[in-house]
Amino acid sequence: MGNTSSMLTQYDIEEVQQHCNNAFSQQEIVSLYERFCQLDRNGGGFVSGEEFLSVPEFAVNPLSQRLLRMLDGLNFKEFVAFLSAFSPRATVQQKIEFIFKVYDSDGNGKVTFNDMLDVLHDLTGQFISEQQREVDLILEMPLFTDCKQVLTKVLEEAGYNKESLLIMSDFVKILGSSGLKMEVEVPVD
Amino acid sequence: MSSGKGGELIPSSSELDLDRPNIEDYLPSGSSIHEPLGKLRLCDLLDISPTLTEAAGAIVDDSFTQCFKSNPPEPWNWNVYLFPLWCCGVVIRYLILFPVRVIVLTVGWIIFLSCFIPVHLLLKGHDKLQKNMERALVELICSFFVASWTGVINYHGPRPSMRPKQVFVANHTSMIDFIILEQMSSFAVIMQKHPGWVGLLQSTILESVGCIWFNRTEAKDRETVTKKLREHSQGVDNNPLLIFPEGTCVNNQYSVMFKKGAFELGCTICPIAIKYNKIFVDAFWNSRKQSFTMHLLQLMTSWAVVCDVWYLEPQNLRPDETPIEFAERVRDIISVRAGLKKVPWDGYLKYSRPSPKHREQKQQSFAESVLRRLEEN
Repeated sequence: MGNTSSMLTQYDIEEVQQHCNNAFSQQEIVSLYERFCQLDRNGGGFVSGEEFLSVPEFAVNPLSQRLLRMLDGLNFKEFVAFLSAFSPRATVQQKIEFIFKVYDSDGNGKVTFNDMLDVLHDLTGQFISEQQREVDLILEMPLFTDCKQVLTKVLEEAGYNKESLLIMSDFVKILGSSGLKMEVEVPVD
Repeated sequence: MSSGKGGELIPSSSELDLDRPNIEDYLPSGSSIHEPLGKLRLCDLLDISPTLTEAAGAIVDDSFTQCFKSNPPEPWNWNVYLFPLWCCGVVIRYLILFPVRVIVLTVGWIIFLSCFIPVHLLLKGHDKLQKNMERALVELICSFFVASWTGVINYHGPRPSMRPKQVFVANHTSMIDFIILEQMSSFAVIMQKHPGWVGLLQSTILESVGCIWFNRTEAKDRETVTKKLREHSQGVDNNPLLIFPEGTCVNNQYSVMFKKGAFELGCTICPIAIKYNKIFVDAFWNSRKQSFTMHLLQLMTSWAVVCDVWYLEPQNLRPDETPIEFAERVRDIISVRAGLKKVPWDGYLKYSRPSPKHREQKQQSFAESVLRRLEEN
């Protein structure tokens, strides 16, 4: 596929469509290509981390660094495959797989306690560990001020523990029943 | 600034923070991670889909990048008989119009310099006369510039009057905005100091109309500039100030947030709306893609630059308004008149990253919902 040309041939479009399992229509792929070229300012055929971070809406997202690790250096075909989990045509299984990949930073198919802790830290910043909450004296509720404690408690209630290594099927079991809403609309002219 | 939720907002040292009203009002829903009810379970913690959706949404399309996109006009010359017509047009534009325009501009510069230099050097003692003559000459050279692109400019509204404590603000599309406005009446402008021949012009000729320079990259610069602005606006004899509060060139279809500097000087604000007609050429100066010289050349080789300028009703700070709200109100007036869509971003994000404050707000609201649900049994 031409990296520097800004024209997609019909053959290119079909190849991309196949690669992403028909998650996007041909028109959407053309739109995504325009967007990809717009982001790829230096025309290198891939969008660098810096170029993604120049989109302010992306830069303020708590998970931007994690996503950058997955996005950095992708060419257009891989870019579309990355976004395919967000298509309305994607199955719940595909969406859960994507979420699993976000957690599984070393890509070994197992999500550890530390992986989950890292994501929780990304999402909550310093607002859990530094927050001083008053103990509810009447109900004598325990004082949770730490991400580790929160995660451990919730894991144990679900039947896991700190040493558990979660795999894909665990994620499917945990997330499969909650209505997972993860869709993005590709603007088409 | 929003402060109503529980824990302390960590103050950020970035100056950009002080300039913006609450962004959460503008961002699409989902800007705060949604809060379901009920006890916290593992699936709630692991389900990061709202955050991921926001990130993917930003990757696919975002309102900030749209502001700086130059939209090339549709090619209309794809037909058998249209193509030769277009070729004739190219020949006329490049081989006839362009040389004529260059001659006009050169003549203009000769006239200007031969009057300006003597006036500048010889009339040093007679301040008032010198100032008036220099103003007239600058207006003249601007008219020559406008003629060199065959500018068809419609001015609407009463011509600005020279009164003290009056500041003009306009939306910004290109450096030619200044030239277009200057040809009608003399303004003092505040500009980023540029390198090259533009910088030379800035330090010699524009000094005479009373310009103020700033340097985007210097943090302390802001205080000195604010002081200079204040001094200038109080002066009786100075040209009225023209400020472009967006701080950067935007593509004339959107407007980015106005910086509050111009709105806290205690002066009347006279808004000016500028809208370019893209029929012959897109006047947006995409400083990331073209140098100013190339931009001028592009203008000089097109048929005409067509635009509308509206001088709008002067506004004052209302007693219950903050300068930021005032800036937003004026931005609204200008955007409505010029048909621009408003976006909640600071133009300077072109050059720097957003402050951590926004990410922290999201993190804080998520953290609070987790802790709250944890305590439910």
